[in-house]
Amino acid sequence: MSTSDDPFDADRALVRSGCACGRHRSTAEHAHAARTLRCEPVADLSEQKRYEGIVASAVMRAVFPQDVARRAFLKSVGAATALAALSQFFPLKTATEAYADAGPPEKRDLKVGFIPITCATPIIMAAPLGFYARQGLNVEVVKTAGWAVIRDKTINKEYDAAHMLAPMPIAISLGLGANAIPFTVPAIENINGQGITLAIKHKDRRDPKDWKGMKFAIPFDYSMHNYLLRYYLAEHGLDPDTDVQLRSVPPPEMVANLRADNIDGFLAPDNICQRAIYDGVGFLHILSKEIWDGHPCCSFAASREFIATAPNSFAALTRAIVDATGFAAKAENRKQIAEAIAPANYINAPVTVLEQVLTGTYADGLGGVKTDPKRVDFDPFPWQSFAVWMLTQMKRWGQIKGDVDYKAVAEQVYLATDTKKVMAEMGLAPPTSSYKSFSVMGKTFDPAKPDDYLASFKIRKSS
Amino acid sequence: MTLSLRLRAAIVSIALLAAFLGAWHLATRGSGATANMSPEYARLMGLTATQGKSAMPGPLDVGAKLWEHLKRPFYDNGPNDKGLGIQLAYSIWRVGLGYLIAVIVAIPLGFMIGMSPLISKALDPFIQLLKPISPLAWMPLALYTIKDSSISAIFVIFICSVWPMLLNTAFGVASVRKEWINVARTLEVGTIRRAFTVILPAAAPTILTGMRISIGIAWLVIVAAEMLVGGIGIGYFVWNEWNNLSITNVIIAILLIGLVGMLLDQVLARFTRMVTFPE
Repeated sequence: MSTSDDPFDADRALVRSGCACGRHRSTAEHAHAARTLRCEPVADLSEQKRYEGIVASAVMRAVFPQDVARRAFLKSVGAATALAALSQFFPLKTATEAYADAGPPEKRDLKVGFIPITCATPIIMAAPLGFYARQGLNVEVVKTAGWAVIRDKTINKEYDAAHMLAPMPIAISLGLGANAIPFTVPAIENINGQGITLAIKHKDRRDPKDWKGMKFAIPFDYSMHNYLLRYYLAEHGLDPDTDVQLRSVPPPEMVANLRADNIDGFLAPDNICQRAIYDGVGFLHILSKEIWDGHPCCSFAASREFIATAPNSFAALTRAIVDATGFAAKAENRKQIAEAIAPANYINAPVTVLEQVLTGTYADGLGGVKTDPKRVDFDPFPWQSFAVWMLTQMKRWGQIKGDVDYKAVAEQVYLATDTKKVMAEMGLAPPTSSYKSFSVMGKTFDPAKPDDYLASFKIRKSS
Repeated sequence: MTLSLRLRAAIVSIALLAAFLGAWHLATRGSGATANMSPEYARLMGLTATQGKSAMPGPLDVGAKLWEHLKRPFYDNGPNDKGLGIQLAYSIWRVGLGYLIAVIVAIPLGFMIGMSPLISKALDPFIQLLKPISPLAWMPLALYTIKDSSISAIFVIFICSVWPMLLNTAFGVASVRKEWINVARTLEVGTIRRAFTVILPAAAPTILTGMRISIGIAWLVIVAAEMLVGGIGIGYFVWNEWNNLSITNVIIAILLIGLVGMLLDQVLARFTRMVTFPE
């Protein structure tokens, strides 16, 4: 169940399943609901009401952990009675106020850097759609020229927080490619939302085994794109260090390079993949979700120093991002978001391109129209197992030499515990554990045994 | 009937421009609708893919866009989207500041080097070593030590414009005619007064030539520096539009960069003419 759903709706399941927006049991019901305007964007509600819903939803969940029992209860007494009954035991109003009145931020005027790609959607949209303002912050989101620049400007404290690739805060904290400075990830920006795009001329070479000698672009060395592409190639028997060429190229130049025939393809963030298709120079080979469904991509990062000097600002910022991420997770909001982030001030891309990425109905570059509502998705929880996986890949490809304490690093950088606290304050239901197992191309990753996982790969950089 | 040289040159210039624009227009014409596509698919695609429109904009596209920019040069849609006038003003301001600091440092130092053979010899190895370094190579070091991208950009402007001024000043001062200095000496003019009343006017044309070279380099470098650090400025505008793969806007920016560079050069050229004297 989504956090801002009406918890007093007997018809609604607590688990996301069934329809595209996750608020109905089936697609048919969703369609019906859409007609009767039940998929209203949350922004239309007043702030007070919205928080009330969030708090009430948490209380409901606590009182009725079983979905079936809650539904039966609601069906028998009706929502109004249920609300009145609950209020007797639990002062909903007070709880709502307590949540809305967290400590005043030490610093209201903040600067947050971003790279103009759809991964940054929550960070960007939070400005035009007022998520920062709602937390009492005046945030200026600043477009930045590249990952190295965003790293340096955040380290220099020109930015209070920034959009970074998920492995970057780990790399910075470990001092890889930078001075070691403790950085943290309070929220993951997006999951999925990347893709492998190939030049049109390769449309008949879809088997990666035929890709020997090709040139691929990735946005940055410390990126999920790098690790996913290497993983994908290695699973198909190609050694990414010797059989193909991988180049770090800034995303916009990827499309230009593909057009100029300097590269054969890239694993890049969206809107770049879709832009190559839109301009007729490439086609989508696979979505990154076909490699690892639910993989993290970009993160919201801040230095430990910022947390220490302005804890309330940091908390407010995290709340705004978590809130925006929740809003972006809903399919029915995606069109509105695409329009909000397309102007030159933000991503600076054609609305059609952003809409295709965010709604998941897209042209594949080969004449077909495909639909995958989960092409990109948004889920803020910074699973520490994500960090452990990235560390295994950093070791696998020789970015980290020697031993590494996976768990310690993951827990230092990925602030699952703090995020849980913020989510609980907001009335969201954070997961109980900070580690989860997942599978990448059919191979299960057990976060408790990273070294065994690493040892199981045949293709890796010999160190 | 013979036309003046000036008029004939103008006619040739205009003819060249027209030929260039015509060739450009012809080269970037679309190839017409390409492959068959379902309308649903075509709706999701760009004009390049559906109508065979050239990826390179034609002169008419650029002209129309330029007019759009010129109509409102000072709009401000937030930190990442400002009018061209504002962007140019920021770049000129940065160049001006870095350049001014360079003038303040280079001219007195150049005087010292020019007047004292000892200092000249002592500093020579450093200058020779530092002079050929590409200004952008300083950028990472500047960002790291100064910890502020805007000041770093100004520093890079400073470091790139200081050398031509320094060397030209030193050369100009050193090659002031010995007779004039000797005359001043016979009249018992003090060192300071000699520097200001004899050497400075004599060396001024050389110094200003150095300053003219410097402003050209500074303007070249600011665009590259702003592309690196972002923020506001014409270089950032180029990067931002490149990011959107909007070649039209990039061409407009190139035109404006050329125009401003030319104006800056002309201003310095006028100053140079003012201090030049016949011998």
